[in-house]
Amino acid sequence: MADITRAEIEDFLYREAALLDEWKLEEWLELLTEDAAYYVPPNDHPEGDHHTVLFILADDIVRIRERVKRLMSPECHAEYPHSRTRRLISNVRIVSAEGDTVTVAANFICNRFRRYERVREYVGAYRYVLKRVGKELRIKERRVIIDAHELGSLGAVSFIL
Amino acid sequence: MPRSYIVDDPEKRQFLLDREVHVSETVLRDEMAHIFAKCWIYVGHSSELKKPNDFVTRRVAGRPVIFNRDMRGDIHCFLNTCRHRGAIVCTEREGSRRAFRCVYHGWAYRNDGTLGGVPGEEAYKGEFDKSTLGLKQPARFESYRDFWFLNLDPDAPALTDYLGRATEYIDLVVDQSPSGQMEIVAGAQEYDIAANWKLMVENSVDDYHLPSTHATWLNYMANSGVKIERPSEGRVLPTKGLAIDLGNGHFTTDNVNFRGRPVAAWIPIYGEDAKPEMVEIRRELDARVGAERARRIAETNRNLVIFPNLVINDGSSVTVRTFFPDGPKKMQVSAWALGPVEETPTARSRRLDAFLTFYGPGGFATPDDVEALELVQQGLVNWEDDRWTEMSRGMGREGDQLNSDEHHLRIFWRKWNQMMEAV
Repeated sequence: MADITRAEIEDFLYREAALLDEWKLEEWLELLTEDAAYYVPPNDHPEGDHHTVLFILADDIVRIRERVKRLMSPECHAEYPHSRTRRLISNVRIVSAEGDTVTVAANFICNRFRRYERVREYVGAYRYVLKRVGKELRIKERRVIIDAHELGSLGAVSFIL
Repeated sequence: MPRSYIVDDPEKRQFLLDREVHVSETVLRDEMAHIFAKCWIYVGHSSELKKPNDFVTRRVAGRPVIFNRDMRGDIHCFLNTCRHRGAIVCTEREGSRRAFRCVYHGWAYRNDGTLGGVPGEEAYKGEFDKSTLGLKQPARFESYRDFWFLNLDPDAPALTDYLGRATEYIDLVVDQSPSGQMEIVAGAQEYDIAANWKLMVENSVDDYHLPSTHATWLNYMANSGVKIERPSEGRVLPTKGLAIDLGNGHFTTDNVNFRGRPVAAWIPIYGEDAKPEMVEIRRELDARVGAERARRIAETNRNLVIFPNLVINDGSSVTVRTFFPDGPKKMQVSAWALGPVEETPTARSRRLDAFLTFYGPGGFATPDDVEALELVQQGLVNWEDDRWTEMSRGMGREGDQLNSDEHHLRIFWRKWNQMMEAV
């Protein structure tokens, strides 16, 4: 992955952001590897390990797929009707590249709107491990680190952040 | 003439609740004086303070406090307020400190609360006695099996008397540990819900809502190979569950488990690899507490409410959850995972993973609870034109009381109403 450019990674992250904001979650699943993981560490231990620290969310690929099923169900009350989200990604950096994987850091602001509610603004950092599969990039690990000291009025992380 | 917020009519088998209780600033002010300043309120767990000098800071009953061990290892609770001008004296969330020094004028308190250094002390000429200016403590501070509570009322009964029969159920939770020692796992879940705090009390034990609110969680369980039986005649839940009055406003559900338990009730979500270790956990439990008690610990689950605002959910995992009003229409929730101190890394990892299948802001169920409570609060804007909440379900039922009825919710509301009538 020594030849990978920031522009290629940015294109990939922007594409992912669009799929998430448009609730095309089945298509989003196709961006993941067969062993993908998705983590949201707790606000008070952002660098913790999910085997020893209680996370907000720690999914393997099986549970990511179940999460998408849940999110697309009208019985997922927290997200039905779906939140409108709009995420802005910047400060994209290649942290390291090794073999067929690259570790990427980025900052994000994700605005979430729901009925009767004013905006909820999630601010933080993304950390990705991306893998080259053929010509495509795939997400092997996706970690979302929220800056706030507690979730507070952000309430739930009920959508894919 | 005290006013009642409930209509409790055993003859008509009718129980109604005045919706003003969820919206009113006046009610909240009275709750502060007559409930939060009179009851034992959960502060923290001994395991959060592993070594001498360890501390955490948090808000308890709305008050900023320091929960710490002093140099000798004794556990304290102090109001996090300088005796000089009132500033917060400990600004960190957790850590290890022998002293707390106020940044404003530099008054420094030892971690047993006594006032040590006062810069320029010689300027005080009159009545100034440092020995009376230690950090203030709540009137009472006591523990049961490492759960520490404060009470702002010096005349309150002893904590163990207050807990009464609830101790039986705390014991069932704590006895999961071979050494009888549980610990709070690192990683707090702290979130707000735009709803009155008492709606969380109801929600934590109300199993009537499970099939509709948590349909997607039940689907997830079923998709993962967990056997979910169709409720038999007269039931709304896959297994039988009871609602049990524990006295003093405390109550619990007591359910036949179907959802899996890290203490020794395997479900496919845990994976085949987990089986041998879970058999071993169960064997240790059987040997230590006997077959009948082991069955209760492993094969039943319970959501326990310690009046007014502590919930221990001993279900898919163990969560210790407390919440406090931030105005009548908002609450702040703190939740932690609890596990045996001697748990192996694989068992601990399984416990935390099981927690996330259901609980917390990213779980498969809690976000829908949050949604339901917020919808209630939004609907209650109409309270003056639609005044009464209907809470008569199962009233007058003979014999066992069901977790899917509202028996236990009525226990809470009767106790709450009785304390508010003292206003």
